[in-house]
Amino acid sequence: MRVGVITFPGTLDDVDAERAVRYAGGEAVKLWHADHDLKDVDAVIVPGGFSYGDYLRCGAIARFAPVMQEVVDAAKKGMPVLGICNGFQILCEAHLLPGALIRNHKLHFVCRDQWLKVENNSTAWTSRYDQGAEILVPLKSGEGGYQADRSTLDELEGEGRVVFRYVGENPNGSRNDIAGITSANGRVVGLMPHPEHAIDALTGPTDDGLGMFLSLVDSVVKA
Amino acid sequence: MARVVVDVMPKPEILDPQGQAVANALPRLGFDGITSVRQGKHFELEVADDVDDATLAKIAETFLANPVIEDWVVRRVEA
Repeated sequence: MRVGVITFPGTLDDVDAERAVRYAGGEAVKLWHADHDLKDVDAVIVPGGFSYGDYLRCGAIARFAPVMQEVVDAAKKGMPVLGICNGFQILCEAHLLPGALIRNHKLHFVCRDQWLKVENNSTAWTSRYDQGAEILVPLKSGEGGYQADRSTLDELEGEGRVVFRYVGENPNGSRNDIAGITSANGRVVGLMPHPEHAIDALTGPTDDGLGMFLSLVDSVVKA
Repeated sequence: MARVVVDVMPKPEILDPQGQAVANALPRLGFDGITSVRQGKHFELEVADDVDDATLAKIAETFLANPVIEDWVVRRVEA
């Protein structure tokens, strides 16, 4: 299966995302921000970094990139899309996911290994995890505070669309300790922590993040 | 040409950590009596005469501000 990984000006984590796809048995396909072309991929990863220098708001300019218009159209037809960190911010700005990410409540850039609880293992990106499992992956962000109005939070909680929740002290002021959420159809997932940095114990704190990419390969093979 | 100002502010119910940090710094600097600070963005646009208010509102709502977390105001000012 072919998994596209987008590179914007200022993207940092595209190489690790491509590596994670290969570890899971997929073919990583480089996608370029300025192209109206998804190169016949089966899924898309919007990786982390500082697209367009985070000017205006994180993700606000990337959202209008030509490739993102293709991603939005494909996601509406059911293509699995994963946004990691800056990618999560971009998916929120693109209205593929509700809410927004703001400056961390204590203003510090947080860079640490973070425990997460898997709250929903029925999405295209989390089926390899046990419901309620706790995983350890890096978190590295300055604007990771998840915000949404009360009715949106109630909808997310009521529909089981909170996918990951921070375990222990809330690192960034996210409402309801939310680390990641999914779309109503469970195909689009966004999270602030970095599963692609935790796919091999040699180079990450754990290999707990690999499950997300294995889950994707499973979901596409089944479909 | 006209000058248009767009002010973007975090919604009242949204935490504003930057504004709070400024507010907390003021007493340390010897400035007393400031009870609250909110930090936002101020845009100045030079706009051709045929750009109407609806277009300006669309620019503010879809790009300059994120209505999930921010309020915005557009006003025309004397250049």
